[in-house]
Amino acid sequence: MSRSGNFETTRRDVLVAGAMTVVATSTTSKAGAQVRGPAGNAGKSSPVGDGPLSKVSMTINGSRRDFELDTRTTLLDALREHAHLTGTKKGCDHGQCGACTVLLDGHRINSCLTLAVMHEGDSVTTIEGLGRPDHLHELQAAFVKHDGYQCGYCTSGQICSAVGVLDEIRAGIPSHVSADLTVAPQLSPEELRERMSGNICRCGAYCNIVDAISEVAGRKA
Amino acid sequence: MKSFTYERAGSPQEAAAAAERTQGAKFIAGGTNLLDLMKLEIETPAHLIDVNGLSLDKIEATDDGGLRIGALVRNTDLAADQRVRRDYGVLSRALLAGASGQLRNRATTAGNLLQRTRCPYFYDTNQPCNKRQPGSGCSAIGGFNRGLAILGASDACIATHPSDMAVAMRALDATIETVRANGEARQIPIADFYRAPGDTPHLENVLMPGELITAAVLPKPVGGVQAYRKVRDRSSYAFALISVAAIVQKDGSGRVALGGVAHKPWRVEAAEGALPRGAKAAAEPLLAGAKTSKENAFKRPLVERTLAAVLTQARS
Repeated sequence: MSRSGNFETTRRDVLVAGAMTVVATSTTSKAGAQVRGPAGNAGKSSPVGDGPLSKVSMTINGSRRDFELDTRTTLLDALREHAHLTGTKKGCDHGQCGACTVLLDGHRINSCLTLAVMHEGDSVTTIEGLGRPDHLHELQAAFVKHDGYQCGYCTSGQICSAVGVLDEIRAGIPSHVSADLTVAPQLSPEELRERMSGNICRCGAYCNIVDAISEVAGRKA
Repeated sequence: MKSFTYERAGSPQEAAAAAERTQGAKFIAGGTNLLDLMKLEIETPAHLIDVNGLSLDKIEATDDGGLRIGALVRNTDLAADQRVRRDYGVLSRALLAGASGQLRNRATTAGNLLQRTRCPYFYDTNQPCNKRQPGSGCSAIGGFNRGLAILGASDACIATHPSDMAVAMRALDATIETVRANGEARQIPIADFYRAPGDTPHLENVLMPGELITAAVLPKPVGGVQAYRKVRDRSSYAFALISVAAIVQKDGSGRVALGGVAHKPWRVEAAEGALPRGAKAAAEPLLAGAKTSKENAFKRPLVERTLAAVLTQARS
């Protein structure tokens, strides 16, 4: 995202500016009280103030990144606030919604439930590392084609999770709905639904998400 | 989240020594439960000892034909292991019935055993909870307790243990291996690992301060038809209302452990003696002493019916 030298205003800029205004207002009206801005529970879960710092280096989307972080910083917050990769979303921040899903050494995880300092030397792939606007990952293209979203907030997590799901099926990892543990799992809609159950879509685009993943899965099978 | 210092441990004994000498220290591996609780300030460790670098991530055959599962083996890897799928199907099934794909990729064997309860009052820091704050009272008794314990509970706590994996391990008679700061190793049968809540529900297991789980050991395979049936409010990604882990032999004998009904996986010897006579005969001793509320009384018939379904499945 280029911000220098022009007046391009992104949706994120507008949201951040709006948030700042509300925080400023509530600070004025509740002087001295603890301010919890419209970032919801961020006041409690995002590190603020002085905490012990720790150095950590990891590879993000193929590039080595060095950080010195408050030990409380989750991998999700490191990606968004320190590496400025805001494609990974913060939904519930408790591992219940899957919006923060990224690939850690190729395996999908909830980036909100792991500390950045625990990932020295690890390799992280976010939605930005899967494809570019001019060169989409095949799952990104399939989500566009099948309308696998409405608001789009869960989409980066859905797509990172789907990448992990297809790799897991290819590796022969069974699921709760696999009828027989001793044979290779099938690429059925039932399997995809079970395996994607850690990604919530409040808009309810599930049918189209299954269609998008099924199309890519069929191509690879 | 409260601030904390952080270190990476170099060996299991070093980790145990660091935990023993540091006030308020906790181990962290997958972190999927601990960080959730730290964000809510239910857990407030002053120091975290990262054990992910310890070489405890292998599944190895034991001399007597069983399997030693390293403490750091991720839930996905354990469920997918060919030997587990072939010889310990109940364990594979239990793991796959729990959490989500993302969480199973991160959550570890030892961490799964040490999960804290999902009692809503344990999670609500505005409410009294003897497990979170000893002596403060139990909001669940007389409160919203539909999902909570009907067996082995006390006047101080009716929380359930949330693990699916532990229920299967109880049916398989797993042993938990640990190491302490002085290098002393222990083998704890899973039957003796969890404590009854009694007056001290904040003490959940028999681990000593600083003691680190290094492995879970399964005895040699017992064969039979193995099944794990989990009943929950939605078909995926939810904790159990009740669950049944069963290993049924051709002659109708077998083993049964229940999840979602007590502070630990629930297994009763007398119930297994009655198993060849069917679900009704086995459910009676299994549920002996059950204490239900209006909200969770449904768990009693649900256990019997789920057991009946599992036995039918095993015999078909």
